[in-house]
Amino acid sequence: MSQTKPSENKAAKDASQDRQKRMIAGHFDKLSRAKEEGKKVVYTFVPGNLVELITSLGMLPVLPEINALQSGMRKLSGGFINEAERGGHSEDVCAYVKCDIGMMKKGNIGPTGLPLPEPDLLLLSYTGCFTFMKWFELLKQHYKCPVVMLHVPYQSNGEITEEMRAYVVRQLVDTVIPALEAVAGKKLDPTVLADTLARSREAEHDLVKVWESAKHRPSPIDGYFGGVYYVGPIFSAFRGGEDAVAYYRELRSEVEARMASGEGPVTPDGPSAKERYRLVVEGPPSWTHFFDFWRMFAREGATVVASTYTRVGGLYDGGFRHDPERPLESLADYCLGCYTNLSLPKRVELLERYVREYDADGFMINSVKSCNSFSVGQLLMLRQLEERTGVAGGFVESDLVDPRYFGKANIENRVQSFLQMLDARRQRSAS
Amino acid sequence: MSHPHDDPAGAVLARARALCEDMTFAEVRAWKGANPGRLVIGHMPIYSPRPLLEALGCLPIAIHGGGDQLEIIRGDSYFQSYICHIPRSTIELAVSGRLDAFDGMLFPSICDVIRNLGGMWQMLFPEKYSAYLDLPQNFDMAVGGRFYAQELRRIAGELTARGASALDQARLRDAIRDENARRAALRALDEVRVETPWLIRASEAYVAARAGGLMLAREHTALLQELVARVKERDAQPYDNVRVVVTGSFCEQPPLDLIVALEKAGCDIVDDDFMLGLRMIEGDIDEERPSGDLLDALAAAYLERGAATASRYIGAGENGAALLQKVKDCRADGVVFAAASFCDPALLDQPMLEAALGAAGVPFTSFKFAENTGQFQVIREQAGAFSDSVKLWGAA
Ligand code: SF4
Ligand code: SF4
Repeated sequence: MSQTKPSENKAAKDASQDRQKRMIAGHFDKLSRAKEEGKKVVYTFVPGNLVELITSLGMLPVLPEINALQSGMRKLSGGFINEAERGGHSEDVCAYVKCDIGMMKKGNIGPTGLPLPEPDLLLLSYTGCFTFMKWFELLKQHYKCPVVMLHVPYQSNGEITEEMRAYVVRQLVDTVIPALEAVAGKKLDPTVLADTLARSREAEHDLVKVWESAKHRPSPIDGYFGGVYYVGPIFSAFRGGEDAVAYYRELRSEVEARMASGEGPVTPDGPSAKERYRLVVEGPPSWTHFFDFWRMFAREGATVVASTYTRVGGLYDGGFRHDPERPLESLADYCLGCYTNLSLPKRVELLERYVREYDADGFMINSVKSCNSFSVGQLLMLRQLEERTGVAGGFVESDLVDPRYFGKANIENRVQSFLQMLDARRQRSAS
Repeated sequence: MSHPHDDPAGAVLARARALCEDMTFAEVRAWKGANPGRLVIGHMPIYSPRPLLEALGCLPIAIHGGGDQLEIIRGDSYFQSYICHIPRSTIELAVSGRLDAFDGMLFPSICDVIRNLGGMWQMLFPEKYSAYLDLPQNFDMAVGGRFYAQELRRIAGELTARGASALDQARLRDAIRDENARRAALRALDEVRVETPWLIRASEAYVAARAGGLMLAREHTALLQELVARVKERDAQPYDNVRVVVTGSFCEQPPLDLIVALEKAGCDIVDDDFMLGLRMIEGDIDEERPSGDLLDALAAAYLERGAATASRYIGAGENGAALLQKVKDCRADGVVFAAASFCDPALLDQPMLEAALGAAGVPFTSFKFAENTGQFQVIREQAGAFSDSVKLWGAA
């Protein structure tokens, strides 16, 4: 979920892209002035983020994963990771954590070049990833600031039970909200929270329309490489704000206009080639080689019509919406429902649904070394999905932000062979 | 180890070792044959509420992968190269039919590998029972305790539906008593290690503890008591070794020969977290509860007296404080970090623990292993250099 439109992208900018860029610049600007203006800062994670609670209390969120991926895109992550490994962090563990720690050691300069403020609170929304817990324990040791844990149970049986929801709500009431209020120095106003959640819902609704546009032929969007831009605001600091509502409204109308005129997605090299393959992608992108990776697909006319990575910060096309009528319950359901909090069988079901509903020709798994939450089981998912859908699956390995694990030639070969396999299947079924 | 024939503890240790190394689970099959209708439930590390399983009439079997005793034929094809080894050997055990006598598996929430392995199980063996055990990270009895007790009730209900006995408070109390007795026996064994490490090597204590994951608590207690009595009959002399705590091996286990290599390199391992699951609860589990529900006792034991480890959130207090306390309690001279390669919990935890040790001036060294590592020379040299430097200067 990248937020800045990279300079590498020569494509004509849509108004929504400019808006997103301004939103991001404004946010990092506010963060750089937070301490002098007495604003409190809360660090938290993307999946299961409780940004509406943070902003309703007048505080500013920082999402370290976003900083890490930005560092990846700006080719800084390799240096940060080295720095962390020199300090004793194992080369075996998630590179997001090391990138963040390296960045912290190098002065914590954010993606817009302005310094990031230290946290007043670490909100450990423990959703769908074990590493989160260790990450904030590590930051706690460095910043010596309070941490509040929200344990979000795992949907191991593929459903959210009343007990799970009640457990999360109870923690919100007993621990999380009091901890946030203590740092904010004020009480949470339920009306402000309800208004914020209503705006979240509105933006979520528009985002779903954007996702669903990919059912059209040709798809007007790329739901993975382009999709990571679309989720930028809603996965991060902006959900629940007026800006996010305006952004998603604008984005939706741009996408609908492209769909009406039969245009395909915008790619790093301008308008896309004719749509030749419709793909579903599982797994995060490789931020350090984002455009190289994208081009391997775009120049062949391969459009990603749906992806699971763009659901890590909320599975809105599964029907979930934040709900001002059920504020805490819907926050709980949000946390419980993020993609990486789903059981493996449910993930396969979701991918299968995407393949069918988006009429995909094949699916591709990008398995990243950093992330056990995503990667463990993907080889089995590949087999199961091929069996269930009858479409072919491709498999590449890389990393999110550790450039050492992106073997460009190898990945390119694999993508090529995969697309050739799709061609061969097509020819077979045509003959 | 001494020769089994002249060693008073030889026979009991040989039995424990044979059990640990039997990757066919012959004794489990025998139990199943002798107890038709009762369930065998496997569980992954670190901790599972074994007394609950025993109270339901099940035989809980700890699965610690295949170690260096298992050839991986199909297991590797399920996992990318950058994932630790234990899920490969566990899948190998299952797809090769070695776990056929098992009726189900529990996957405790210790890391994303075990979590997703649970999901793989659901897909690969849909006819077998499989449950994810979501251990709470909120340690308030009214919140996390309640959730955990509900989890236990859910699992009990699901097992009963598959043929286990119904949850019964009297049987649960008996099982808790048995578990408490086993813990007392383990404490007695650990005390021998701390006070007279020359009487029992860590590699021997390890085998004796690990065998306990493959039998009922009551049988294990008997085995441990016999072992403690026998080792006290040994005529052994103190070694000129350094006393170390080994940490980081709470899930995937180092091969036994690696533990022996550390000993040969001059280390008395006076504490470790190899078989942490059996030692997870510090002190006794309550045998009575005001609520009258002993599931609350199991929940309270985990919440209030669960050992600090990498997969448990350290909210109040500092990461590393528990390790320092351990070093102090067992009068260790240093710490050896031994983590499985690609083990997120251990390796993410390690820098914090190292920082705590560094600040307290406790020397440490570290290496990584895989359960099927066959080469120990480098580790042995490293451990030898560490023990020499600790002996010479008191610091590595
Ligand atoms: S392990 Fe995966 S989900 Fe967790 S922080 Fe790393 S990349 Fe993100
Ligand atoms: S060895 Fe570590 S990463 Fe692997 S399953 Fe065990 S705890 Fe998880």
